[in-house]
Amino acid sequence: MEEAATDPRTGGSTGDVVIPRWRLSVDAAACEGSGCCAGIAPSHFRLEEWISTPINEIVSPDDAVLAAAETCPAEAIRVVDASTGAPVNQ
Amino acid sequence: MERTVLKYPFGEPHRMLLDPMYAHVQEHEPLARVQMPYGEPAWLVTRYADVRAVLGDARFSRAFGRDEPRTVPHANDGGLFSMDPPGHTRIRALVAKAFTVRRVEQLRERTERLADRLVDEMVASGPPLDLVEQFAVPFPVTVMCELLGVPVADRRRFGKWASVIVSTTLSPEKAAEYRARLGLYMRKLVDQRRREPTDADLLGALVQARDNDDRLSEPELMHLSTTLLSVGFETTSAEIPNFVYLLLTEPALRQRLVDEPALLPSAVEEMLRFSPIAAFAMFPRYATVDVELPSGPVRAGEAVLVHTAAANRDPRVFAEPDVIDPGRTPNPHLAFGHGVHHCLGGPLARMELRTMLATLLRHLPGLRLAVTEEEIPWKKRQLIRGPEALPVTW
Repeated sequence: MEEAATDPRTGGSTGDVVIPRWRLSVDAAACEGSGCCAGIAPSHFRLEEWISTPINEIVSPDDAVLAAAETCPAEAIRVVDASTGAPVNQ
Repeated sequence: MERTVLKYPFGEPHRMLLDPMYAHVQEHEPLARVQMPYGEPAWLVTRYADVRAVLGDARFSRAFGRDEPRTVPHANDGGLFSMDPPGHTRIRALVAKAFTVRRVEQLRERTERLADRLVDEMVASGPPLDLVEQFAVPFPVTVMCELLGVPVADRRRFGKWASVIVSTTLSPEKAAEYRARLGLYMRKLVDQRRREPTDADLLGALVQARDNDDRLSEPELMHLSTTLLSVGFETTSAEIPNFVYLLLTEPALRQRLVDEPALLPSAVEEMLRFSPIAAFAMFPRYATVDVELPSGPVRAGEAVLVHTAAANRDPRVFAEPDVIDPGRTPNPHLAFGHGVHHCLGGPLARMELRTMLATLLRHLPGLRLAVTEEEIPWKKRQLIRGPEALPVTW
């Protein structure tokens, strides 16, 4: 759901929408199905059969997503900026 | 409706057999009402689908403060294991990096050399000897000590105190004494890391996280350090003799591993599935709201015990579950649990078990029991199952 935002640089309103979005992905080959992610961020990850998958690929920033990526024993979760592709660091 | 309440645990475990009551309730009472020696009654859940649902569902809590069903009179403070997200997540995230698959892989070469050295020492000692004493205990203890930054030379001292984690026979006074001693011991190590900060080992990194970043409190630091030390080896040191016992008593399994070394990782998974390392279900979860499990409803406030060893033998998921098939695929066993409390040491344990098997098979191809199966003493009245001693020869 997009809405007009305040430009953080000028404080004025802007027609360009600057809402940070993250892109989530799970490396299915690396995933071990531990379920840590779905336990920490149940609104973001779901296990299908034995493999985790993001419920939504593009999400608003959420600490729980970073926590899931940090605690994944297989380091299978990637979180990047949806527009630039730059990794989001914890 | 009258429900029979079953006494739990069902009985003293026998070798590696799963008590037949588990198969019975798994089939006929997937939500079975049980009463442990202390604490309130609980549901016992044994089907794979239900166990996985309970462990993976954020609506079930592990938070402390209830009259938890248990086998000892005193309350079990599980530390990290008795916490829920987000508090749990905060602490877990601090240590998670040290135990990832990738990080553990970096330890493999060193671990292989350690295994080789232990076997060399066994060979120099000469047969027969106790594999538990000479390998199964020192191997994971040394790995964990080096990871944490604890002096390996102290292992006989803290080893005795660390047993408080798995014993069900220590009196409350003795348990408290051991915990206190372990705490004092860790206190000294933590203080030393304060005087000489380092991030070369996990303990140093945790002290820095506390002092520099205030990411955990002092009690959390102490509790976490003590837990990592004890639980870090009590389980693997029991699983090693379980695996070796299986190899030495199932010649077909052993021969397959000798003939097909590439099968080793898969064989480790299968033995993890098969070996019932937890003597009984413990660490209950509490439903925070009404939850509908695949097999039935659990009401808010009710305690649920899950037995992963029983789930690992569920014929609904594992064909011929009581047969050890080293090539079993897929093998989504729950030996390391599931969900936010999924065993932190899982990747480390896997690496150690694979290394142990490969080393023993390669260096001691003639390894065999030095006693009859009947003469092997098994742990009694502990939370962890396995041989107390494993006399071997070659």
